[in-house]
Amino acid sequence: MGKPNDLVQGTLDLLILRTLLPEAMHGWAIAKRIQQISGEVLQVQQGSLYPALHRLEQQGWIKAKWAESETGRQAKFYALTSAGRKQLESETANWQRLSAAINLIVNEA
Amino acid sequence: MRWLAQLRIRIQMLFRRREAGTRLDDELQFHLERQIAENLSAGMKPDEARFAALRTFGNPALLRDETRSTWNWSGLDALSRELRYGFRTLSRAPGFSVIAILVMALCIGAATSLFTIVRSVLLRPLPFRDPGRLVMVYEHFSNQAGSNPYNVVSPADFFDWRTQTHGFQDMAAWRWDQFNLTGAKGEMPEVVQAAAGTWNLMPVLGVQPAFGRSFSQSEDHPGGNAVMLTWNFFERRFSGDPSIVGKQIHLDTKPYTVVGVLPKEFTYPDAKVQLWIPYTANQSPEFLQYHDHHQSRVIARLKPGVSLASALGQVAAVQYRLHMQYPHSPVADSVLPRSITDDLARDVKTPLIVLMCAVGCMLLIGCLNVANLLVARAAARQKEVAIRSALGAQRFTLISGQLIESFLICLAGGAAGIALSITATSWLAHSWKDLPSAQSIHIDGTVLAFSCALVFASALLAGLLPAISSTAKAALTALQSSSRTSVGNAARTTLRKTLLSIEITVTVVLLIAAGLLLKSFLHLRSTNIGCDTDNVLTLGYSLPAQKYDKPEKVNAFNEALLARVRALPGVRAAALGTMLPGAGWDSDDVFSVVEHPPVPAGHELPDALNRDVDPGFFSALHIPLLSGRFFTSQDRAGQLPVILINKELARQYFPGEDPIGKHMRVPAHSALNYEVVGVVGDTLWRANEPVKPAMYFPLLEGQSNTDLTLAVRTGANPLAMAIPLQKQIAALDPQLPVHDVLTFDQVIGDSLAIASFSATLVLAFAILSLTLASVGLYGVLSYLMTQRRTEIGVRIALGAQREQVLRLMLFDGLRPAIVGLVIGLAASAALTREIQTMLYGTQPLDPAVFAVVAVTLLLVSALACMIPAWRASRLDPIQALRIE
Repeated sequence: MGKPNDLVQGTLDLLILRTLLPEAMHGWAIAKRIQQISGEVLQVQQGSLYPALHRLEQQGWIKAKWAESETGRQAKFYALTSAGRKQLESETANWQRLSAAINLIVNEA
Repeated sequence: MRWLAQLRIRIQMLFRRREAGTRLDDELQFHLERQIAENLSAGMKPDEARFAALRTFGNPALLRDETRSTWNWSGLDALSRELRYGFRTLSRAPGFSVIAILVMALCIGAATSLFTIVRSVLLRPLPFRDPGRLVMVYEHFSNQAGSNPYNVVSPADFFDWRTQTHGFQDMAAWRWDQFNLTGAKGEMPEVVQAAAGTWNLMPVLGVQPAFGRSFSQSEDHPGGNAVMLTWNFFERRFSGDPSIVGKQIHLDTKPYTVVGVLPKEFTYPDAKVQLWIPYTANQSPEFLQYHDHHQSRVIARLKPGVSLASALGQVAAVQYRLHMQYPHSPVADSVLPRSITDDLARDVKTPLIVLMCAVGCMLLIGCLNVANLLVARAAARQKEVAIRSALGAQRFTLISGQLIESFLICLAGGAAGIALSITATSWLAHSWKDLPSAQSIHIDGTVLAFSCALVFASALLAGLLPAISSTAKAALTALQSSSRTSVGNAARTTLRKTLLSIEITVTVVLLIAAGLLLKSFLHLRSTNIGCDTDNVLTLGYSLPAQKYDKPEKVNAFNEALLARVRALPGVRAAALGTMLPGAGWDSDDVFSVVEHPPVPAGHELPDALNRDVDPGFFSALHIPLLSGRFFTSQDRAGQLPVILINKELARQYFPGEDPIGKHMRVPAHSALNYEVVGVVGDTLWRANEPVKPAMYFPLLEGQSNTDLTLAVRTGANPLAMAIPLQKQIAALDPQLPVHDVLTFDQVIGDSLAIASFSATLVLAFAILSLTLASVGLYGVLSYLMTQRRTEIGVRIALGAQREQVLRLMLFDGLRPAIVGLVIGLAASAALTREIQTMLYGTQPLDPAVFAVVAVTLLLVSALACMIPAWRASRLDPIQALRIE
């Protein structure tokens, strides 16, 4: 992903929230997980990841905690808040509606 | 609970920002290390892994900034950073900062002080109910030209207006009065200033007494004896004890019952008024019939739904009818309205506005000076600005950074200025004696808000222009280090020269105004009143009518007093009369000359000032006798009625004939025909007003018992006579108080107070501005010299003489000064017409003043330019060229 535009920024938020649903992770792990699950298609750059993470934290969708990581160093772990969970649901619904609409237009004969 | 989490984050970002920053660094470092680890495990060598990781990581500083920009409070963070930076920059250049702060402190302090006074005098709301619907109504003689068209009202006119018109909701009247208050329980008697108001005055004004009540209609009649105390008097004389209501006090030995006490904020018309009596209380029944005796002021309240014009039209119609009814009396033919605020501020309004403008000019010059200084500093920081701009700083950011600096200067200057103005205001209010409502002048919230607004405005004015010019594209291209010709500086130099020209223009206007006012004041001071005022002590007293009810008793006291006073050692002469020359108008009366044909109907009767004087009056005051004789002690009641006239009366009403032996009739004085027995020299009734015809009656007629002034000429130090004189008066009547023990010069000086004050202040501002302008000129020329150092070095190396270089630099510096001078002279010529009312004996376009100011400015500018020009001519060319 290059420079984030509006649509892509909203989508990045959705991806981050979804990735954090099962468990808390630090920034590096989030990027790796998104890369893996999307089959190497989506590669999140640090330049967009960390601003997005901090913005989500300011808005209260995710909360952060410093803890020991798998390598032994301290890292900042992010986790979903309950409000974040609700936001994730509404964002997912939005995304599905939007993508369905786009599909309709693109697939129009 | 989202808002709770948000709140937590907000607080954390506000107070633990630095910690959060470190944590962010740690977070990013962690990510980088994981990336390196991944690269290593993919098989790269350690260096390669690191470089590859850094490459994908991108610019760490940019990433940090972008992440931080998502944080809360980033605006506040930027502002505090700019403030800290500005503060640090200013403290690194202490000389510049101190000078700039001093300049602003002076200007803002002066402006705040003056605004405090203007606000109290001109803008403060009056302590009345709905004061916007109150208006004063004056009489107006339409054929009378004079500086004051507002004529006080006569009682019968007022009563007719009130009963015969219905355009106003109600009308009330009041007049000045004065009493001897007898001391109770052995206290000293004192003379109190009083006012007499109609019973409905307080209701019309909407004022409720603090204790008791205001007058009832039944108390407002000749012989009424109710009185209301003002709060000041109530506290001072009766210790604030409300039980005074219902008790009696003795005014002019007559008992009056206190019916009420007025509230603290009611100091109308003047704080000197100690008590109020009903309008007709101490007057005779004839008083109610006077159409030709003017002394009262009328306040009217507008009726809702009726305009001022239509209500006034009704009153004007009634007045005109009265005028036609009494063709031979001085009855006015029309009326004029006036707002109460204007009425209270009448004498000081113009001077105050002029002073405000002068302070505004000084503030402008201060801002221009600071702007000039900022432009000079911008030159030194040119490279820094260019680099920041190249690194991507927005122009707005750069400009706001510079504005923050000028804001800091103005803030510090403003704080110092406010501290300064606290002392300055109290000094101003104390020395300007004639200032109305002087006791309520103090600094409060509105004044502070005004000062803050001034600070912001000055910061903007001083900072914007330099900031914009220093971040302009043209200025940045001059960054090329190989440039020898300072092309980009041309714009800045022109800017500084323009600012300087504006400064000098404003300074010239101020100087000329100050010069005119000063000349006018000196003229005023040296005006000859018409008598000798050296070493004369004066005091006033009134003989209460109860005790001195017959003319014989009045004469007995006065003659005995004069005899005793003249016998005192150190007394050269003594005079006794109803009003001294130069002390004011007192009263005037209409007269007719018996031997002349009667004045045709419809024409105004002549009037003259009237005075009662003792036989020794004129010789004691050195007023010359031009023909005939002075009064003698034979001229008294029961003898032939005689009168003296002054030269102006003889000139106007006895042209080409000898007035001695003619007879005059003065109906207001008595029904007798007075024989003119002498003509005396003219005296001015006030120093800055033209001479008026005057007639003098013998004091020994015994008619006047109130408001007498005793003037005593001594050998030296007249004030030493004060106690002995008062002892003599006490010996004759221990109950009699005296007032206004002043020297004659002090009495006349009071009428000059405003002129002296304005002249002094404007002169002070003008000199300050001249200093600022010349310092600015010096600064600009020094700067120019620094800029042209290379060029001058080349010139000298090529053979230019030192004198040629000196002349070159001198003219370069003088050119903006001359431009400013020319524009300033032109502007003054246009503007000085506005202060014409404050000038006396001086034309607004006085050539002497203009010339002196021009020469002074040129000299001072030349001096300011001389030092840098001289330094430039002494330049060592090798040194100059080596700077490169």
